[in-house]
Amino acid sequence: MSFPWAEEYQPKSPFMRWLDQRLPLPRLVFGAVGGGYPVPRNLNYFWNFGVLAGIALTIQLVTGIVLAMHFAPAGTLAFDSVEHIMRNVNQGWLLRYVHANGASFFFIVTYIHIFRGLYYGSYKAPREVVWFLGLVIFLLMMATAFMGYVLPWGQMSFWGAKVITGLFGAIPLVGEPIQQWLLGGFAPDNAALNRFFSLHYLLPFVIVGVVILHIWALHIPGSGNPTGVDVKTAQDTVPFHPYYTAKDGFGLGVFLIAFALVVFFAPNALGHADNYIPANPLSTPAHIVPEWYFWPFYAILRAFTVDFILPAKLWGVIAMFGSILLLFFLPWLDTSPVRSGNYRPTFKWFFWVLVADVLILGYCGGKPAEEPYVMISQIATIYYFAHFLIILPVLSTFERALPLPNSISESVLHGEAAEAAPIGTGATVPAE
Amino acid sequence: MVRVIGFLVGLLFVAVAGWSLLWGAIAFVSEPPEPTVESRFHEHPRHVSFASDGPFGRFDRAQLQRGFQVYKEVCAACHGLRHVAFRNLADLGYNEAEVRAIADQWAIEVPDIDPDTGEATTRKPLPADHFPDPYANEVAARAANNNALPPDLSLITKAREGGAPYVYSLLTGYQNPPSSLPAENRPGEGLYYNPYFANLNIAMPPPLTADGQVTFADGTNATIDQMARDVTAFLIWTAEPKLENRHRTGVATLIFLLIATLLAYMSYRNIWADMKGRKVRATGPLDPENAAKREAASGEAGIQG
Repeated sequence: MSFPWAEEYQPKSPFMRWLDQRLPLPRLVFGAVGGGYPVPRNLNYFWNFGVLAGIALTIQLVTGIVLAMHFAPAGTLAFDSVEHIMRNVNQGWLLRYVHANGASFFFIVTYIHIFRGLYYGSYKAPREVVWFLGLVIFLLMMATAFMGYVLPWGQMSFWGAKVITGLFGAIPLVGEPIQQWLLGGFAPDNAALNRFFSLHYLLPFVIVGVVILHIWALHIPGSGNPTGVDVKTAQDTVPFHPYYTAKDGFGLGVFLIAFALVVFFAPNALGHADNYIPANPLSTPAHIVPEWYFWPFYAILRAFTVDFILPAKLWGVIAMFGSILLLFFLPWLDTSPVRSGNYRPTFKWFFWVLVADVLILGYCGGKPAEEPYVMISQIATIYYFAHFLIILPVLSTFERALPLPNSISESVLHGEAAEAAPIGTGATVPAE
Repeated sequence: MVRVIGFLVGLLFVAVAGWSLLWGAIAFVSEPPEPTVESRFHEHPRHVSFASDGPFGRFDRAQLQRGFQVYKEVCAACHGLRHVAFRNLADLGYNEAEVRAIADQWAIEVPDIDPDTGEATTRKPLPADHFPDPYANEVAARAANNNALPPDLSLITKAREGGAPYVYSLLTGYQNPPSSLPAENRPGEGLYYNPYFANLNIAMPPPLTADGQVTFADGTNATIDQMARDVTAFLIWTAEPKLENRHRTGVATLIFLLIATLLAYMSYRNIWADMKGRKVRATGPLDPENAAKREAASGEAGIQG
């Protein structure tokens, strides 16, 4: 698909030839994840996480479809039907724990995948559309996960739904009608639960569609690599199968071991105890917190505590959505021609500060809105916006990158020669 | 253009968040937050271990039966167990006749409809029935309990921060309030001091009051501590009846995954062997072996060395 030396599909049996002439599905698969997709030979383990995210999505789809066969989306039945799944459905406890923790693991691998992209400049030309589609998937994931957490109709489900839909209530003039329209009432109830169930079943298939576009867009320029240097010759690549299917197989094993440890031995560690209490509109939990994967954004939401022209709550909502939307502009905010953080000595430092910053935001987002957590999340929020909107554009203008290797093969096979050369004398090939 | 707008938007967010931070910092310095009374006197659950802990944990059937006895004779008067059916007691080691007898002799009847008149009535529970709620509804429960609602216990060890150790600590944690406790935090009418409870004063009267309150069928000495441990173990089971199944499946799954991952790793190394073999040695670029590899690779890659 992407390079002239990509191997062409050769049907191995008469049936496959027959099928290939009528519906070239085998050809498509061969070119997408088979021997016909040349991939840079120097990918490190961080390139495993895209495939892992796809597998996590598949796990969620399969377990979710079966769970939906036993779940009753009604305010009076939902909580009990989940307990019915846990107690009476054959292996129902396994299905539910895999699905609930699967969401967490889907986010873990997706966050690593996103930070991989941030470090190695995966959002830069010619892969901007890959990056946009990835962000769309991320937004859809967040919507799906939020609605899924409402379905067991526990205390956190109910109050989480109330708080999150309440965010739309902060919009001036039209906020309250929008909130009522989203919920189908003045507070979360049967109408909200039913539509969340319907959409929670729909959106994963929308995600599958966008994932296909994401992979399609990726296959036009081909995968990036840790050096950020473009593929030049056939020597720079290896066929996806068997080289990366084998590597992804090993990565999958490690992923599943970590997943199994949590599912079987700490299945409630990532959840919240309050969600084992049935939803009660008359009793507010002491601390309403979303699931852990929303904590960084929840911290940004709560960091705005003082009115400034607009109400503080509206600032929080704008900042929370803005913190994700600004990532769409990243290809134009970071104009450095060098993709990989490996060759950007200053960027590298700021990148790791950003990682720490998001972890701090996540920690504060899971804590009650008290000092000192609010002040810490305010400082972290300031850095988050400054990093993307102020530091990166300035940095990418002034930073002097280290010499890049001439090719991927050179970096893999005799990289020490370039490394031994004094800085600046090695040939520098811009990523463009 | 994007960068100029982005820069301005960035400055705006930084300024507004900084403004909030400034006011927060001023408030923090002028009126430092004082620890609440609850946070000063509240205690974390005490450590307690159960046979079901850990990846190989299994239930202690004798302990579950003792715990069930404590539930039946002490807790069941006020607390329901609505997600558990009498038939589930077979998991505790009771045989079919014993389960039938427990259901038949249960103090509370289950609602039913008279087959002749169609009027609402009650009957003795059958093994297929869930444990009947002790009160007809929430209003009745509150009316009988000084306006407090005794929670259903089916999921209690999963529905509280701290889990089973919290339940055990609460049951054994009743004590006289310390003399340093401010007057407004002292237990009022119908409340009891318990530092393991979030707001220190709980409406539940101490349920386990004296050693020997329950006479265990297996002859175990029924100290308060023993009864609290046993009923907590029983409540771990009611919250997670498939725990043993989960542990067994988990160990088997991990053994399978470890072998499969090892095989996957070996096949990965095998497939990449011809690639990895050309990695240069750590001795440096002047090592003749490295130089040879480098030349070979350059030639192969079509790069002028």
